[in-house]
This record gives sequence, structure tokens and C-alpha cells, in this order.
Amino acid sequence: MKPYPRKVYWNEPTMGWWERAYLFEILRGLGITSAVFLRNMWKWVTFRKGALTTYYPEETRWDYAPANRGKHVLTQRPDGRPQCVACNMCATVCPAKVIEIDAGFDPADAAHPKFPIRFEIDYSRCVFCGLCVEACPEDAIRMAKEVPGLPRYDRGQMWIGMEELLTWNPQKDVAKPYPTGGTRAEKRGSH
Amino acid sequence: MIQDLVVYVAYIVYAIAVLMTFGTLLTWVERKQSAVMQDRIGANRAYVRLPFTQIKLIWLGLFHGIADGLKLMTKEDWRPKTYDWYAYAVAPWVCFVPVLLVFAVIPFGGLMVPAKLFPSLAGFFGDRAYPMQIARLDAGILIVFAFGGMTIIGAMLAGWSSYNKFSMLGALRAGSQMISYELVMGLTVLGLILIYGTVDLTTIVQEQSGTLLGFLPAWGVFHQPFAATLFMAAAIAENKRIPFDLPEAESELISGFYTEYSAMKMGLFMFAEFIEIAIIGALFTTLFLGGCNLPYMSDAGFAFPGGSVLPMSHGAVVVTQLVVFLAKVMLICSFQILIRWSLPRFRYDQVLKFAWKFMFPLALMNLVVTAVLAWMATSP
Repeated sequence: MKPYPRKVYWNEPTMGWWERAYLFEILRGLGITSAVFLRNMWKWVTFRKGALTTYYPEETRWDYAPANRGKHVLTQRPDGRPQCVACNMCATVCPAKVIEIDAGFDPADAAHPKFPIRFEIDYSRCVFCGLCVEACPEDAIRMAKEVPGLPRYDRGQMWIGMEELLTWNPQKDVAKPYPTGGTRAEKRGSH
Repeated sequence: MIQDLVVYVAYIVYAIAVLMTFGTLLTWVERKQSAVMQDRIGANRAYVRLPFTQIKLIWLGLFHGIADGLKLMTKEDWRPKTYDWYAYAVAPWVCFVPVLLVFAVIPFGGLMVPAKLFPSLAGFFGDRAYPMQIARLDAGILIVFAFGGMTIIGAMLAGWSSYNKFSMLGALRAGSQMISYELVMGLTVLGLILIYGTVDLTTIVQEQSGTLLGFLPAWGVFHQPFAATLFMAAAIAENKRIPFDLPEAESELISGFYTEYSAMKMGLFMFAEFIEIAIIGALFTTLFLGGCNLPYMSDAGFAFPGGSVLPMSHGAVVVTQLVVFLAKVMLICSFQILIRWSLPRFRYDQVLKFAWKFMFPLALMNLVVTAVLAWMATSP
């Protein structure tokens, strides 16, 4: 029986004498690579950058997508305290289990008696999925376009704490109107 | 006699310094050149911190070679359970030493007269003159091939004594490949020997001073362009670098004949490879690029075809010749690295077919044509 006839989708490339002689095509290839070399080298010696890659920690790429979400932000109440109520929902949903929250109790604030004492994210393990942002009932955690300055010599140094998360790109939750009439501290003082 | 000793010790120190510098520098050149060819930045992290300060010298990653050396020296020297540990231990040196020895017969400059160079020592040196070459042997090229052929023993020993299938296969490949290409290399050089009528490298370099047809420098590459191309290809195959790196072939043989080597033993193989790049450069320069000759330059200075003359002192001539030689060697090394980062690897059967069915007949043809031309030129 004849073998199943196979359909030929492309023409088999054949080499002419030019390709068979090795040398000419090799010289053409060397011409291409040395042209790239000379072009880049000319850029370097005239103090321009002759490479497509970046010196990563010192220099970040300019072409991050506008939709890139690389670093977390903790939103603030009008009085500057974190909006977070330490409900641990972000830490629960986090697939990489990188969020650590220690909750504290504040009897003076009846609306939000629970607040975070410690809120830390381990960026060496974060997968940047954004589930924490989705899970948050208070819109207390968001993600912004920037990338965390990651490179460190030690994994332990890749945690980012509440201090930086609140202050590196301070955002207020404008969707929730708060009663005006002074900050919380002033209110407490008036009691 | 003591004067000879002083001069030759100085030459030997110079030669070793040059080779070691090339060996370390070429690792950096290879990294940086390949990076620039591929739109990358390349080695840029290793630094030397000045003591007691936070000043870190990076110098374009120039210290990566030193970092490599330190790393290799402090790594664990792991040994396979081999039946022949002596051959295993000695193999890297058998690879490494002949590569250095080849440089002994290569002239890296013209004639040096110490008395003219250092007038204060004129009484000590008298009117002695030394060609800048460690050993001026009549059998120059033959010595080169004799020592060049010895590196293969190192590769075979390494593969044989490692007690590893991949090493064994790599050694077999190295053996057949290097023997094939050595033949081609010898045949290409025979054409030059016919033209110059000698195997003495100093005489060959001297023959290449002056001009050809009035304007071309009388370099071997213009006498024998075909042989120069074949020689270059065969030399790269001898060095087992990428278009011909079948003995190592990472994708097939892990790293071929030195799979079982670690730490500085493996470093010696790598170092030998990088020094051999420089040696090939030096050899090509000597045979085909006129050694330390610049066009229109003689031991007295420049004499341009327009009739203008630029006399130079003996010291300036010596330094110029040394620098010209090193610059040419560096250029050829860079060219080899360009080839290494441009061409893909041959298949193993292609390598041997290429040697025996393509380069060997071409080298023979080149030899025949050269012989006929040389005979026509000499016969009345």
C-alpha cells in the first residue's frame, strides 16, 4: 500500500553554488553582525546608549504598560491614618501568602476599632496578581504602575512595610465622604 | 653571555606577561564584544572597592576576568573516581603548556640593539643586536606545528582518564577533528614557505616588509589571500571554538572532554583556549600580516612613496614595532570572537566533510597553483 500522501506546505530550500561555497554567505553573515557591532560601538563612543537592555536597578525600562501594576499603595483617611481595618481578607486571598498584618484595637474610634499595627508585604514572593486589591472591602489597598525597587542582596530586605506603603504615593479614598469638622484627634480632644 | 641571559629573560617575562594579559583580557573582550553585537550591555557588575571607602571601581566590567579566576581558584576541586588519576591531573597542563611554548618562536618585534636603546648600558651590551623573539630557531614553523599538535594529547588524555562517556566522545571528536584540520593548516602554510623559501619565522617577517606592486604592503595575505582564509578557518577549528566546537558541544556532550573537570583544572582548559586565540592571532599576524611591519616603515623610520621621510630613533622604532604587533594580534582576536558569535555550530559529520572534502582539496589546489607560479617566477 502506498504511504499516505502528505501535503507539501512549503518548498524545500535548495542551496545554489553561492551557498554551497560557504565563504560568501559566511562573509555576508559576518558583515551583518559586524555592522550591528560598529553601529552600537559608535553609539557608545559618542556617549549614547548602544543597547536595548537596561542597567536594571539603576535604570528602569521606559516602556512599562500603563496597565502595569507593580507596587502596592495603602490609602489614607483624611486624617492620614490607614484606611485598612486589619480584616485580613487580603492576606487570606493572597495566593503567595506574602501579606502579614498585625491588628490593633482602638476603643476611641467606634467606627473603626480595628487597625493595623504592622502591615508588610514580601516582594520577593509577591506574584502581582492584584487579588488583594479585589478582596479589600474598604478600598484600603491599591496597586500603582511603578515597580518596587526590588534588587537586594538579601531576601529579608525585600519586605516593604506600612510606613512606605502609606507614604511613597499617598492616596486618599475619595469615594468615601467623611464627615468634615476636624480630624479624629481634634474630636477625641473635644470629648 | 650574561648579556644574552638578561635580554632573553626580559623577553620571556614580556612574552608571559603578554600572553597572560591576553588570556584574561580576552574573556572580557569576548563578553563585551558579544554584548555589543547583540544590543546588550555586557559584563558590568564586578567591582573593586577601594579600601576604607565606598568608592567602587567598575571600569566597564574589566574586573570580571579576575572575579572568574578567583572563583575558579576557590571552588571545590571535585575529582571523579577514575582509574587513572595521574593522567586526569596532568591533562590540563598538557593542554596549557604547549600553547604557551608556541609563542617562543614567534617574533614580536624587529631587531633590538640594547646599546642604542639604553646608552648608559652601552659598555655592558657592546654592539650586540637581538631579534625580538625568544628563540630564533631555523625550524620556526615546524616548531609551531609540533607544539600546536601537542594540545590534542591533553584533550585526549582528559577525555580518556575522566571515566565518562561524554568525555570519551568529546575526546574522540577532538582527536579526529584536530588531526584533520592540522593537515589543512600545514598545507596552507606550505604555499607561504614556497614563496619565501624558508621556515624561519624571523626571515618570513623580514620578507614581508616593503611593498607589493608599489602600493600594497608585501604581506602574506596579499601573496596568498586564499591560504590566509583557509588558515584562519583551520586555526579556529584547531582551537575548538564555536563553528567547530564539536569536542565540547554543550547541547550534546555537556562540555565534552572536560566534563569531569572542576575548579582551576577546568579553568586551565578555558585559559588555554583563550590564550590560543591570542596565539592564533600572533601566528596569523606573523605569517600573513607582516608581523611587526607597518607599510613604508623600516628600522630607520618611515619612508613614504611621495618621497617624504620621517626618521625615528631606535627606541621609537622598537616601541612602534611592539605596539603594531600587539594591535594586529588584538584585531585578529577580535575577528575570531566576531566569528564565534556569528556562526552556528556545524554538525559533526559536516565538520569532517568540510575538512576533507572542501578545505583539503582547496588547500592542495592553492599549493599547486603557488608552486607553478613560483616555478614560473624563478625559472629563466
